[in-house]
Amino acid sequence: MKAHESTISYGHDLLATNLEFKEKTRGLIPRGLTLAAVILIVLMLGVIMFNVIIGGIGIISWEFVSHPPEQGMEEGGVFPAIFGTVALVILMVIAVVPIGVLTAIYLHEYTSPTSKITRLIRVAIANLAGVPSIVFGLFGLGFFIAFIGGGLDWLFYSSEGPVWGQPAIIWAALTLALLTLPVVIVSTEEALRTIPRELIEASYALGGTKLQTIIRIIIPQALPGILTGSILAVSRGAGEVAPIMFTGAAYYLPYLPSKLNDQFMELGYHIYVMATQSPNIEATKPILYGTVLVLLVLTFLLNFVAIYIRSSMRKKRAA
Amino acid sequence: MPELVFKPKSKFWEFVGAKIISISALSALIGILLIFVFIFKEALPVFTNSEVQEEASLDKMTFKQEYYEGREAKYSWQPNSTVPKYSLYPLFLGTIKAAIIAMLFAAPLGIGAAIYSSEFASRRMRETIKPVIELLAAIPSVVLGFFALIVLATFLQNVLGLTFRLNALNAGIALGLAVIPIIFTVAEDAMTSVPRSLREAAIALGANPWQVSMTMVLPAALPGIAAGVVLGFGRAIGETMIVLMASGNAAIVSASFVESVRTFSATIAAELAEVVFGSTHYTVLFFIGTLLFVFTFAINLGGELVLGRIKEKLQGRTQ
Repeated sequence: MKAHESTISYGHDLLATNLEFKEKTRGLIPRGLTLAAVILIVLMLGVIMFNVIIGGIGIISWEFVSHPPEQGMEEGGVFPAIFGTVALVILMVIAVVPIGVLTAIYLHEYTSPTSKITRLIRVAIANLAGVPSIVFGLFGLGFFIAFIGGGLDWLFYSSEGPVWGQPAIIWAALTLALLTLPVVIVSTEEALRTIPRELIEASYALGGTKLQTIIRIIIPQALPGILTGSILAVSRGAGEVAPIMFTGAAYYLPYLPSKLNDQFMELGYHIYVMATQSPNIEATKPILYGTVLVLLVLTFLLNFVAIYIRSSMRKKRAA
Repeated sequence: MPELVFKPKSKFWEFVGAKIISISALSALIGILLIFVFIFKEALPVFTNSEVQEEASLDKMTFKQEYYEGREAKYSWQPNSTVPKYSLYPLFLGTIKAAIIAMLFAAPLGIGAAIYSSEFASRRMRETIKPVIELLAAIPSVVLGFFALIVLATFLQNVLGLTFRLNALNAGIALGLAVIPIIFTVAEDAMTSVPRSLREAAIALGANPWQVSMTMVLPAALPGIAAGVVLGFGRAIGETMIVLMASGNAAIVSASFVESVRTFSATIAAELAEVVFGSTHYTVLFFIGTLLFVFTFAINLGGELVLGRIKEKLQGRTQ
């Protein structure tokens, strides 16, 4: 009898320890593999940043960011490209932020989340975010330049050459505005969701109308989210090249853009041109690296600020 | 005392405000419709204009053509030759090759990192991983293209002893870097949206954490992870600057992954600036744009549908 019992209990123990052991080791493998994926991604990001910083830091100086390119882009700086990029994103923000914010407010305050029109708009936003950037470039050319610009020329400037119906900073900015619209909408919506419902209801209870509530309560409360969205849109817009290639960016301009229908130089496009069209890539390389570093620092700074604002917003909501 | 009293209501402004907001809300919808209309409009001669069809009918763009009498029929993209050749097959092959490499590279890393972040990482760790991936997503594609062109291509050529410096492999890996954040974000979101109560129930039944992850969370989140991969594929197909700079841009028909490729998006970017407005070449480039738009639209719509459905299923509510 005794022997029999002990066999059973022995067998049971063996089974249990065996299972436990198996589980532990099997748990380690997925853990290790997935951690390796994380490490590899971080490593690649590190390699890219390290390479750009090492290659570009030597040339960065006040002169580099304040002077125009010289000697076929083999010398000088990138000031016109920085100026053009800043002008471009300012125009873009002016166009995209009001529309994006109002769209988010409409989705949040004016319709039920399950209504047909809300769903349709959401599908449109999600799809707009997935349209390839080169398609935006084609659209900018076909719609803004040929249709709108060409139409304006036909109406008002029929005797002269193209005034608006040609690549220009305003068309590039509007193309980018459409591209970054989903960024602003999504970010604003997230902020709208953090506003305590009681606050809005209190406003209505005090006799505030919808518009008054939106202007006095909702927009001020959503400001961090709107800011985050705008910054992310700027970061995205500053880095996109494909949409502006045909809609306004120029290889090289001896002057800075001063009118809405001027062409402009842009950092990303400048990088593309120097990297692919330079007759002497070795001579251009330091400036090329410097330009990449300027663009990358600009993009990352903007993103850090956006991430910081958003995380403090989330903490506030959690509290 | 701060102003606590609302101004008297004005029905007029209330009405105007509501109208402005609801019209703005339609911007994304109108935007996506305009994109389709204006790109398709420029591509329309492919279907209607017999002059265009003579060189680039659907047949001629799809099947092998005998361009010179007596010579073998072949696929060829040479729009600027004396006998213009508009076969889309080499471009299609190039696009798919680059995208497949990108997915082979990005899917394991993106999904792996997502599993680690959602299942194994401590809170602190997760809050480090996410911003890192966001930084990777924030790198402008022109910078990734630059990196692949200048650094990665040389590295791959030296390590693997390749004949062609710029090739599908090089472009695909750089493309993968752009795709990883998309897969990661969508997959991680799908896994974290598995309700806590389900996890707790499994733990109460005696499962250890990794068993919960592997046998419960992963299967439940699988459609979401698949959606992430599909959305990433859409991005890989449409991405422009990376392939334009890193792929070598040779439209050749070959099964090799270490030869140069030319993708749809890069073809538009490289050739649109030089085409005559309204020419056959111009029309075909817009036709390619239409293909890209329709393809990515279908992918995004499918992806969003799947994601919406699993959220509904897991959390019993619509987003």
